[in-house]
Amino acid sequence: MIRSEILKDIAPILRDQLVVCNIGIPSQELHAIDDQPTNFYMLGTMGLASSIGLGLALAQPKTVIAIDGDGSVLTNMGSLPTIANNVADNYILMIIDNGSYGSTGDQPTYAGKKTSLAKVAEACGCENVIECRDVDTGEVLQKAIDSGKMHVLVVKCDSGNAKMPVITMDPVVIRDRFMKAVSA
Amino acid sequence: MNIDKKIADDLVANDISFVTTVPCKQLAGVIEEVEARDEIFHIPSNKEDEGMGLCAGAWMGGKRPAIIMQNTAIGVTINTLATLIQYYRMPLPMLISYRGELREPVACQVEMAVHTKALLAQMNIPTYHFHKQSDVEELDMILKYTFMCNKPVAILTDANFWGGYGDQ
Ligand SMILES: [Mg+2]
Repeated sequence: MIRSEILKDIAPILRDQLVVCNIGIPSQELHAIDDQPTNFYMLGTMGLASSIGLGLALAQPKTVIAIDGDGSVLTNMGSLPTIANNVADNYILMIIDNGSYGSTGDQPTYAGKKTSLAKVAEACGCENVIECRDVDTGEVLQKAIDSGKMHVLVVKCDSGNAKMPVITMDPVVIRDRFMKAVSA
Repeated sequence: MNIDKKIADDLVANDISFVTTVPCKQLAGVIEEVEARDEIFHIPSNKEDEGMGLCAGAWMGGKRPAIIMQNTAIGVTINTLATLIQYYRMPLPMLISYRGELREPVACQVEMAVHTKALLAQMNIPTYHFHKQSDVEELDMILKYTFMCNKPVAILTDANFWGGYGDQ
């Protein structure tokens, strides 16, 4: 499966949760598949989805799912120790690991070579780190939500992108709509 | 006047309850004070752009954030300031240790000091420079201004403000 197929698969689960979605094609895909006020789309700033998600989870009680990518986690790897040492049990970091920089033309990342992001997360001190297959994403994600424990999920999947339109919504509109959903 | 306590008092009085820090020798006292306050959740970050991500999330979650960092990090955070904090119009008080100014003992610090105000000006970031201890009296107003206009605002605090480096 490629990322867009996974997102289609888990859209019914994501719909009821606060979602912080990674920059580029991941946000475009999620936006096209199932746009919700509970989705925060990153239009810039590669790498910070996991940090924004953690800050949001620490600040309020609703479940937060950050949809990140392998390339983005590699660019902000310092986020993992911060996550490990500031446990928010309403936080799930879901890394869609397709072993490539999808938004820039599928160049390979080191996560698709020797580097295991699940092992990195564990070495950083993260608990409940689960590496799973693309087809099991929905089941693993739902279990993580139901557990009420912070999780780091590493979803191994194929490289590739769906052709989706660029998000043209104004960033302040995205943010304002999202904040209203957070506080609703 | 204990400026570390005064700064933490102003943060608390302005309902700032989520503070991320990347340390600097000059900031050690205020970081300790922030850590000690029950009203503030203190979360150290490993890099300043990561810290700004944390602050963005906390603000969208209903908490008022602040970041405490060194001016060298302006070089690290330009993209985050432009495409996250400013683009989504978020408030962010940045209490910045202004290394490389008068009474600085480490020459290399001057290399980023000479770019600091120019970069902040280029970014249209409101910037205040605390040089004397009494300048801290404006902090309360600066914090109110930040959350009024939903912008990143820089407070540069130099060595003279902190009372020099002692024997370093
Ligand atoms: Mg990828």
